[in-house]
Amino acid sequence: MSSPFLVQIGTDTIERVLAKGRSTGAEFAEIFVEDKRSTSAGFDDGKVEQVTSGRDRGAGIRVVHGETTGFAHTADLSEAGLLAAAEAAAVAARQGKGGVVKVALGAEVSQRVNNVVEFPDSVTKSRKVELLQRANDAARGVDGSIVQVSAGYGDSVRHILVANSDGILASDHQVRTLFRVSAVATGDAGMQTGYDSMGRTIGFELFDSEDVEALAIGAARQAVTKLRARPAPSGSMPVVIKRGSGGVLFHEACGHGLEADLVGKGASVYRGKVGELVASPLVTLIDDGTMSTEWGCIGIDDEGHRSQSNTLIKDGVLTDYMWDYLRARKEGRPQSGNGRRQSYMHLPMVRMTNTFVINGETDPDDIVRDTKSGVYIAKLGGGSVNTATGDFVFGMTEAYLIENGEITEPLREGNLIGNGPQVLRDIDLLGNDFAMGNPGTCGKDGQGVPVGDGQPTLRVTAMTIGGTAA
Amino acid sequence: MSASELQDLADRIVAQAKPGEQIEAYVSRGGETSIRVYEGEVEHFVSARSQSVGIRVIRDGRTGYAYAGTLDESVLHEVLADARDNVQFGTPDEFAGLAEPDGVPVVKQELWNDALAAYPTEQKIALAKELESLTLAADKRVRCDDSNYDDAYGETAFTTTTGIRAYGRENGCYVSVGTLADDGDETQTGFGFSVGRSPAEFDLPRAAREAADRATRLLGATKPQSKRTTVVLDPYVTAQFLRVLSGSFSGENVQKGRSFFADRMGEVVGNPIITLIDDPTNPLAYSATELDGEGLAARRNVLIENGVLKTFLHSSYSARRGNTKSTGNAVRSGGTPGVSCLAMQLTPGTATQDELIANVDDGVLVQMVQGLHSGVNPISGDFSTGASGLAIANGKVGAPVREFTIASTLQKMLLDVVAIGGDVEWLPMSATGVSLVIRDVTLSGT
Repeated sequence: MSSPFLVQIGTDTIERVLAKGRSTGAEFAEIFVEDKRSTSAGFDDGKVEQVTSGRDRGAGIRVVHGETTGFAHTADLSEAGLLAAAEAAAVAARQGKGGVVKVALGAEVSQRVNNVVEFPDSVTKSRKVELLQRANDAARGVDGSIVQVSAGYGDSVRHILVANSDGILASDHQVRTLFRVSAVATGDAGMQTGYDSMGRTIGFELFDSEDVEALAIGAARQAVTKLRARPAPSGSMPVVIKRGSGGVLFHEACGHGLEADLVGKGASVYRGKVGELVASPLVTLIDDGTMSTEWGCIGIDDEGHRSQSNTLIKDGVLTDYMWDYLRARKEGRPQSGNGRRQSYMHLPMVRMTNTFVINGETDPDDIVRDTKSGVYIAKLGGGSVNTATGDFVFGMTEAYLIENGEITEPLREGNLIGNGPQVLRDIDLLGNDFAMGNPGTCGKDGQGVPVGDGQPTLRVTAMTIGGTAA
Repeated sequence: MSASELQDLADRIVAQAKPGEQIEAYVSRGGETSIRVYEGEVEHFVSARSQSVGIRVIRDGRTGYAYAGTLDESVLHEVLADARDNVQFGTPDEFAGLAEPDGVPVVKQELWNDALAAYPTEQKIALAKELESLTLAADKRVRCDDSNYDDAYGETAFTTTTGIRAYGRENGCYVSVGTLADDGDETQTGFGFSVGRSPAEFDLPRAAREAADRATRLLGATKPQSKRTTVVLDPYVTAQFLRVLSGSFSGENVQKGRSFFADRMGEVVGNPIITLIDDPTNPLAYSATELDGEGLAARRNVLIENGVLKTFLHSSYSARRGNTKSTGNAVRSGGTPGVSCLAMQLTPGTATQDELIANVDDGVLVQMVQGLHSGVNPISGDFSTGASGLAIANGKVGAPVREFTIASTLQKMLLDVVAIGGDVEWLPMSATGVSLVIRDVTLSGT
């Protein structure tokens, strides 16, 4: 094991910085320090293109006065640099009179390093690069129609330290490892693509339990299968979504709409709906940052609070929103461990962690057998939502027709469109085969954070498929 | 640190090159102000400065790269050492190498504005507040989600062992507003923005009006019936459509088998009314630039002329590999420069949008799209996107429609373009907007 955090900032320095932050009369000041090292390696066109090393470190200082938040960040971690940033943030929040403020920190909450076995910096780069060649060879071996393969490896070690004028002092190590493969196949009807990825909040031991060759073969088969795909249908019909591939549906259909910052501004269709039935009674939706090793797992959030498991929808009834510290503080209620930010250069916001729907009771095979005609989605792509209207889209990257209760022809890609509250109500069958999905990056207001999602196989009675076939 | 000190820093890194080593140092720093106003109060005020360094080392055809978000001397040594260490893991590539000066003259641009650099903070806040109040005044059904003023400046120096030495700086600003319009239980959303090299170029009343219009015009919108139909794309939507096409013109994608244009050079790929250029030397483009991501002069390239495919774009790497010359289209996106369009523009026609619509018997005016990142595959060409807008019947716009998709393939859509408007809009992205009419797309709704 190694300890890659190289920035040492004393408690007394932090207290002086926070005091400076509050010196213009602000009621809250916070310092967020980050030191992140990353390694990535890219393989394309039969070659290791390059290995890249990255280092990002700095501090963001947030000062809150009334309704106004001031924020400044700096890459200069000396006490002078931090005090200058604190002053800039204080001036930005800049109301009221000055005064001497004292800040006293509590005992540090330090998160256990997430059971990391092999830290990325203890693994040679050649072992990382070797995975890429293996993935390439496996994908190209699937079929002669595979004409191009690219693969990527990435790891990061992120050490964060958060302290605020309410006395919070907390730190966390976040270690993530990711691998992805994409393949292009060529046939008579043009080119098709396949893609798969895996990622966990652990170190290099990811590859003890997960096989890059299997991942690559899966991506290549997806591309080859799609060579004989027919155009996706157009119009509204039943949709069955395979386990572990449709979590993004909930992420978009309701996850974002349950973020308290959007709710607070009346920009969510779920505003004022706590206690009401907002989904099929089959649906229990959870956001859980503690899920060990999952991609959206965090020890503490980026405001210094332990991550936790939050039930958002219970048997179809909306139980709570997700909260960050500031909005919870304003409402006089507990935060929920959902205050996250992309880096020290960003303000925290309410963000999801691992968002998933728990098991129902139906055998997944019966869900398909019970569907006379419709679409079976084996892999979803990205999505997006307008939280105020609930309208959302997501892409299907591997899908098949369902005819007379059987999965038949592969389909070309397209978007599905729906309205969140409507789709949640239209879930009529929920499988007993829960699985988590691919690692994701959730974008909001220009910031990306790692998130996970999952769900059992399920059916939506009607969604609009955006294909071209009549 | 002055401009020359920044260049010196890049020079000092490159001067450490050992025999047989090519080094490129890319050093930059900048800052931004971000102000968000909500209900007449400043919700947040972000004042930020950043620095970064990227070092590329090439030796024996192998490439290594490292970067850091600081110009701290102690870290610079580590970055160069990491880049060198990474070299040994790359596969030798005979075409690997840095760009070399090619004698193409730089077209000077006015990318720096002193008035913006000196613009007082109080007035920046006032602009965001004014935009919010103008938007609220535009329509009583409208609420503001947020009203924003943002500006940024940056300067970059880069030096290579191949003799490229360049410095540039740029600043710019924009205001934007997000809107919600309510009618009973229904809520719709919109946005408006204005961009400039300085705040004097802002058109706040127009941004406010558009933000209010975009939200209110969708109130009462219904889901249309599925059919094959004609779409008229708003200029803002056309610009996003052009961005989707961008990668298919990349010479690197052609070489790697990821462009459906690969075997089509000199062939008809679009309706003859289409002439598409990439011209970052046009000062009207917000993405105008003097240099590409390798330090070569940016230049004008004709991509499609009268429907015929004319040019693939190149960096120095793809040019060497394709035995041709760089077109000045290297872009930096973490590490080895890639290839991308910088400022795409369709040669406009003369018709107004109303005149274009007057020729459409049955169709949809598409004013917003959602999900271009998830429903479009630029390699296969499959195209499917969520959309909203206004129904068109007998040459006139009618009721608002939403929650539907439009689908076709990129290849077919280029052939199905039947008219291009004259209503050019310069937008803060690497493509210019103009109204576009495309026939025979599939609309999926109820």
